[in-house]
Amino acid sequence: MTEFLQQLLNGLSLGAIYALIALGYTMVYGVLRFINFAHSDVFMVGAFIGYFVGSHLPQGTVWGGLTALAAAMAGCAILGIVIERLVYRPLRGGPTLNVLITAIGMSLFLEYTGQLVFGATPRAFPSIFPAKVIAVHGLIISLNQVIVIVVSAVLMIALQLAVFRTKLGTAMRAVALNPKAAQLVGVNIDVVISFTFGLGSALAAAGGVLYALNYPSIDPLMGVVPGLKAFVAAVLGGVGNIPGAALGALILGMVETFVDGSRWSTYKDAIAFAILIGILLFRPAGLLGRFTAEKV
Amino acid sequence: MPRPLLALLAAILVAFGVSYFSDRIDPYYLDVMTGVGINIILAVSLNLVNGYTGQFSLGHAGFMSVGAYLSAAITLLLGPRLLGGAGGSALQQGLLFLGALIVGGLGAALAGLAVGIPSLRLKGDYLALVTLGFGEIIRVIFQNVEALGGALGLNGIPNYTTVFWVYSFAALTVYTVVCLVRSTYGRGFIATHDDEIASEAVGLNTTRYKIVAFVVGAFFAGVAGGLYGHFKLTITPTGFDFTKSIEIVVMVILGGMGNTIGVILAAILLTILPEVLRSVEQYRMIMYALLLIVLMLVRPKGLFNFDYLGIAARLRRKFRPARE
Repeated sequence: MTEFLQQLLNGLSLGAIYALIALGYTMVYGVLRFINFAHSDVFMVGAFIGYFVGSHLPQGTVWGGLTALAAAMAGCAILGIVIERLVYRPLRGGPTLNVLITAIGMSLFLEYTGQLVFGATPRAFPSIFPAKVIAVHGLIISLNQVIVIVVSAVLMIALQLAVFRTKLGTAMRAVALNPKAAQLVGVNIDVVISFTFGLGSALAAAGGVLYALNYPSIDPLMGVVPGLKAFVAAVLGGVGNIPGAALGALILGMVETFVDGSRWSTYKDAIAFAILIGILLFRPAGLLGRFTAEKV
Repeated sequence: MPRPLLALLAAILVAFGVSYFSDRIDPYYLDVMTGVGINIILAVSLNLVNGYTGQFSLGHAGFMSVGAYLSAAITLLLGPRLLGGAGGSALQQGLLFLGALIVGGLGAALAGLAVGIPSLRLKGDYLALVTLGFGEIIRVIFQNVEALGGALGLNGIPNYTTVFWVYSFAALTVYTVVCLVRSTYGRGFIATHDDEIASEAVGLNTTRYKIVAFVVGAFFAGVAGGLYGHFKLTITPTGFDFTKSIEIVVMVILGGMGNTIGVILAAILLTILPEVLRSVEQYRMIMYALLLIVLMLVRPKGLFNFDYLGIAARLRRKFRPARE
């Protein structure tokens, strides 16, 4: 029982990180209808900003950790907005394949520029938050896991408020529903898209820092696998659906943790793709998504 | 004899001729030539899927690995038994290699079918991700199968790949793709690419076209994998990862999707360029990435789309018979 609870806790913290990344995928897809492949590399850049800022701050304090987190989020929000402005905006309205290829190009560009600038060797991530371990009835809870879960929960609630309670959030939902109609009623689509990219990238950066805290080594290709899995989570929940992304991420985090603890652990990385293929075959709209027929 | 078939036979003859005199060619140039040929097979076959049919696959390296492993397993495990300890005559070796390549190709085609049937109901971004996912799953499986060397891969593969084999199969790939696309049946690929809904509306079975393109593309990727394995003499699962797929995709995009000649030129260019630019090797992937972005922004139809000034269109207009 204790082991089960332990795995559940590990799964929850992994799922929370996936959720932070998945939200960015899902929001961008909701507004622009394309998969931002570079998102997983924004996640990586977030971890690196956290690393550089965190190294200059006193280690093991809550405010120091939060400062590093905030710096990473702000930096990546700007990065996300710049990428959209320079690369994706000129292609808006063009064939989807071209945007897709550009996104893959952007992703590779960030990865390999990262390798050139930061070096390919993994670096140890500083313990920016206090490293404490609490044992409750044999259950080992590290403070990092608690921080991951709390920070993710706070960010997701904040996102929910931003999307449903602010004017920009309303505009974002309007654009997701129907971009042309939104423009007709006076929504500035450029601002909304920049906002979406900024928001999604900030969440990915938070995910990057939290991921680096729990798996304390970072390198320029660290985003690829978590990014792909977060995307699977977004599809699982229904792409374009914000609560769906969170739900899908939690499920995926749990499944992966339990597979990792079983004797099939070498297949851990394949399980996410198996889930992706399964869901696309049997319920392409995702768990919470609604199927819409394509109109001609 | 029809002209394309004649061209194919001529190409095979030339390949045989070059191969016959390969002793007199600098081994380094021979290596580069072999690499170019294998990349031509990969790029032209991927072009059938990504270019002509308009389905974005990111799993070509996965199919390549199926062919590489299957054919290497055949020559490694069955070879000694069939040919005896002495290694057999050149003709016997050739036949064994041909068999191994074809089995490797068929295995990859089967994998293509298995991937294609479920995933080709998807479009664009989703398809790209699912094929990428399948590529990764294939890699994980190979990493876990101890009989195929696990993460260490297969070593000591016999050195069977020659210029003759590579360029014969390259010619066969180009022949098949060009003739397929130009046939009455093959117009369906282009129709699927141009407008899937309209094609369905006029009664084309687009899913079937996509699967055929996928399976044919996977077959040649498998053959290329077999040639690659018997050229490098050692294969590892990580050698066929996502980066390899991207490399092939870059060739197709640089050459121009749905433009076989352009893709061949791009495959030649992108194989020779890294050889020339060995000193700036660490910038290679950054250059690929920038190439993708800049091409999509500036020249989405590829670098080798020769219709720069609309010359072809103008000529066509000029010589088109006047309407009644």
